[in-house]
Amino acid sequence: MATMATDRLPVAPNEDPDNKVYFDGCRAGKLILGKCLDTGRLFHYPRHVSPFTLSNNVEFVEAKGTGEIYSWSVARGKAPFCVAYVKLDEGPIMLTNIIDCDLDALACGQKVKVKFKETDGGAPVPMFVPA
Amino acid sequence: MKNPAYIVGAFEHPTRKAEDKSTAQLHAEVAYGALQDAGLSASDIDGYFCAGDAPGMGGLSMADYMGLTNLRHYDTTESGGSSYVIHVGHAVEAIMHGKCNVALITLAGRPRAEGMQTGTAVRSFGSGVPDEPFELPYGRTIATMHAMVATRHMHEFGTTSEQLAWIKVAASTHAQYNPHAMLPKVVTVEDVVNSPMIADPLHRLDCCVISDGGGALIVAKPEIAKSLKRPLVGVKGWGEAYKHQSAGGIDLTYSAAVKSGAMAYDKAKVKPADIKYASIYDSFTISVLVQIEDLGFCEKGQGGKFVQDGGLISGVGKLPFNTDGGGLCNNHPSNRGGMTKVIEAVRQARGEAHPKVQVPNADLVLANGKGGNLGTRHGCGTVILERE
Repeated sequence: MATMATDRLPVAPNEDPDNKVYFDGCRAGKLILGKCLDTGRLFHYPRHVSPFTLSNNVEFVEAKGTGEIYSWSVARGKAPFCVAYVKLDEGPIMLTNIIDCDLDALACGQKVKVKFKETDGGAPVPMFVPA
Repeated sequence: MKNPAYIVGAFEHPTRKAEDKSTAQLHAEVAYGALQDAGLSASDIDGYFCAGDAPGMGGLSMADYMGLTNLRHYDTTESGGSSYVIHVGHAVEAIMHGKCNVALITLAGRPRAEGMQTGTAVRSFGSGVPDEPFELPYGRTIATMHAMVATRHMHEFGTTSEQLAWIKVAASTHAQYNPHAMLPKVVTVEDVVNSPMIADPLHRLDCCVISDGGGALIVAKPEIAKSLKRPLVGVKGWGEAYKHQSAGGIDLTYSAAVKSGAMAYDKAKVKPADIKYASIYDSFTISVLVQIEDLGFCEKGQGGKFVQDGGLISGVGKLPFNTDGGGLCNNHPSNRGGMTKVIEAVRQARGEAHPKVQVPNADLVLANGKGGNLGTRHGCGTVILERE
């Protein structure tokens, strides 16, 4: 039995001076990661402060937009949809939704790729579809 | 007197639906109940501890409402449902440092009367929270985030829904003896796995209740504890720890209880095998499984085998847990289960749990709280109590 993911309209993300670089990236169809220049480590969610050293010695880099499902759950109810953590090929794990898929055929380790999804009056946000 | 401070008063509000009472009233009623239990009066309280459920700025409004005029110390550490377990440790330290002699900790709320959709609605802490723009568009809820912990546990360790269900079976087996329990009916593994799916792989019966009410504790210095008529329950060990999303380095297989438990065992100079009874935070069945492993009652990944076949049932299994029925069946007041965890541990240590679930000679017990969200950011508090 297949259960197709509901096509829902997400609430708009609140943008602020710190996260604007990320959501501007989303508008341009780019998935942005933070990079700590003190340690060379990548991070999500992007911010202007390194979560590894607390310095502002950071830059922003574009991810490929591919990865695999680290974990997932389906919110059941009238309009079921999948909440997931996706491990990007670059390393960081991010919260997202898996869309355009059969909710009864999801698995940890499943390969996925990014697809930007419109929100309710705000910047689009990265979601993932089976690769 | 072997311990630095003692829990001399404990009270759980009997209500589970408080349509006719305000939140402030409930705080005052549990405070009075704990004072009556201890044999103390409001004027004896010189330290007040509360968290985000207390109406007003920190503890100011509640202390004013209750007429706590002798305060010289207060602490409003907020870590969701684990706050009150953490407060016990803070109260002990405050007493050790002479900041107060008698500490009152209160929790109360009425999410049921207010019709709150606790676990299945998207909850926001307001604008300016830096992580929320990266989470709210995805409709994450408390249920789905805990469910992802279960999904990963099943993937890595082969844990099954039936094993998780045994946690609910144990809680319900205990709840049948609690006249105040919201869900006093004993359920089977089949009942749990056949209940409606809320957030894969968690079913409705994997989730805790939503209830009104509250609870309070009184922690006092040794000289005062000795002067009272109640059994001596000392705080032998305590610890607190916090776990976040690690900037994308997420590992859902463990909780902050790994650290808070180790701190508490170290202070108490005891081992997990010494613990006779444990109150374990049970917002969901998976919450219990992860904490049992993290507190060292079994190896990481072996929780499923540990809890199955009645492993947590008093008189049957190796680790009697939540003998009041826990949050899964009895009470999860204000969506915050840490207070009731400590209260039932105190009942066990005093020998005042229901005779059908009382652990013989429960002279060393543990309570663990987990607050916030197991799948995103949370804090854990652990206390180890000793009856002298």
